[in-house]
Amino acid sequence: MTLLNNSTALVVIEQDATGFSPINLKVMGAIECLRKFTRLTVDLLVVGKDCTAVAETAARIPGIRQVLVADGSGGEHQLSEALSPWLADLAFAYDYLVMGSTTFGKNLLPRVAALMDIQPVTDVVAIESTNTFQRPIYAGNALMRVMTDQATTLLSIRASVFTAVRFGELVAPVIAIAPPPAQVLSRLLSQQQVQVYTERPELTAARVVVSGGRGLQSGDNFQLLYQLADKLEAAVGASRAAVDAGFAANDIQVGQTGKVVAPELYIAVGLSGAIQHIAGMRDSKVVVAINKDPDAPIFQVADYGLVADLFTAIPELIELL
Amino acid sequence: MKILVAIKRVVDPVVRVRPLVDGNGMDIAKARTVTNPFCEIAVEEAVRLKEQGVATEVVVVSIGPPSVQEQLRNALALGADRALHIQTDSSLEPLSIAKVLRVIVSQELPQLILLGKQSIDGDHNQTGQMLAALCGYPQGTFASHIDYKKDEVWVTRELDSGLETLALALPAVITTDLRLNQPRFPTMPNIMKARQKPLEIIALETISMDVQPRLQTLAVEAPKLRQQGVKVVDVAELVDKLRQEAKVL
Ligand SMILES: Cc1cc2nc3c(=O)[nH]c(=O)nc-3n(C[C@H](O)[C@H](O)[C@H](O)COP(=O)(O)OP(=O)(O)OC[C@H]3O[C@@H](n4cnc5c(N)ncnc54)[C@H](O)[C@@H]3O)c2cc1C
Repeated sequence: MTLLNNSTALVVIEQDATGFSPINLKVMGAIECLRKFTRLTVDLLVVGKDCTAVAETAARIPGIRQVLVADGSGGEHQLSEALSPWLADLAFAYDYLVMGSTTFGKNLLPRVAALMDIQPVTDVVAIESTNTFQRPIYAGNALMRVMTDQATTLLSIRASVFTAVRFGELVAPVIAIAPPPAQVLSRLLSQQQVQVYTERPELTAARVVVSGGRGLQSGDNFQLLYQLADKLEAAVGASRAAVDAGFAANDIQVGQTGKVVAPELYIAVGLSGAIQHIAGMRDSKVVVAINKDPDAPIFQVADYGLVADLFTAIPELIELL
Repeated sequence: MKILVAIKRVVDPVVRVRPLVDGNGMDIAKARTVTNPFCEIAVEEAVRLKEQGVATEVVVVSIGPPSVQEQLRNALALGADRALHIQTDSSLEPLSIAKVLRVIVSQELPQLILLGKQSIDGDHNQTGQMLAALCGYPQGTFASHIDYKKDEVWVTRELDSGLETLALALPAVITTDLRLNQPRFPTMPNIMKARQKPLEIIALETISMDVQPRLQTLAVEAPKLRQQGVKVVDVAELVDKLRQEAKVL
């Protein structure tokens, strides 16, 4: 296939407690899909305070032209009030502005889009041409194929469905640009980082996910899932009911309004499989359900179902692994 | 202090919806509708702020066909004071909705604007952020706790990495997450009272602005369905299947 058109993309690099977020590698996987349809020149943008280390990591992503780094107090904590007007100005020069469909991207991209007078396409799960994309609606019960021909195409990427790129040998140039100016609309008071992923893989990047629901009955019982997760080098997820009941932290909720995961193996324990939960795990390769109710809807999407009391089944499973 | 709450009518989240076979939309003409759960939480929060004496007036607004008046009346029954119905039969994109709401904000001048973080049909999660941008206001998205101070509002946000709390200057836009509160049910006397509360109907055209869609929907399709698998008899068989058949262990 000959690629007739050239285009440019600006990808906003996401940062987490450890610095460079692994989600960026999956967003770049989506950029690779876009390259099938256009000869793409890609710049990465790192904005924040003391973020040069992140920029240096980002520079090892293959196939990019350069990393723009905007280091300064105006961009500290990446507050959308500071970033959006500044980013809108930058983005006008590009054909695409892309970020992950994470809480960071969901917060920022629509604000930038409105300032650019552009309707973005969020939660992209498939790229079908330079301007045609698929996104899920109704908790993933339908896929909408949309076409856009606006001056700049603004996309947020549902990272779980794209294949991560690997870091390369070459290092792209890192260019310093002026950071966003200070603003007075918002300021950060505190961060309650519920989890720093050191011993355990991050939920959306894990090969195996073990998720628990209301059936676990308590936060203490969730330890059972953590023991199982340790055996499998898995991340732990939860249903909304389990989070609402305080058994698990909000940042491990899987579903329509939580995180979307697509691991090789998803083990659902003591959760019923509501539509909103399935929305967050339906693209998993192999699904296992353990539930004492043989009619629980989770069995309809499970490759392997075990009707059993989790309090006997999980210790047995830990034993056998 | 006045609070403006924007709400949307959606198909009940417990209904399992499907695309139409012709790919032209969803098969929802006969489906039961409710207030979007996130919007209901926004209404509840506004009413609580009024009950605490923080807010003096709660105005609800919804954009859509005459049927959305049902959701507006429900919000009035929950404790809102006044409703605005922006009437249109077209379905607007988030950017257009934000533009319409911005006009309402410029007329009503609320100190706080509450919206659900997403509607469970389009799942966009855009409108609040866009409205904040167009108004030049700060935004507290995915809020699980709101603390109104004298001249700012503190908003705790649910993030992929945990929680963070922001201080926002007023006026501010806040989008609500599920754990912000547990909405009440309307009582019969309040449903009766709500019928007397003012509900103003405004034709979208009189707000007249650019609400043409920017995106063209080519098709709405069913996702790949997962095949229902097998039941295993015990944990030993499960482990065996995962090792030998699925090869994921
Ligand atoms: C707008 C909206 C958004 C939502 N977003 C999400 C979301 O993002 N994620 C999400 O998960 N939910 C979400 N929900 C909630 C969803 O509808 C369900 O209420 C929720 O997923 C139920 O959680 P659960 O399966 O843990 O609880 P339940 O439905 O109560 O299921 C508990 C299950 O545990 C089983 N069980 C109990 N004891 C045992 C035992 N000893 N051994 C084995 N099995 C046992 C029971 O048989 C039952 O099937 C949302 C809802 C709405 C309205």
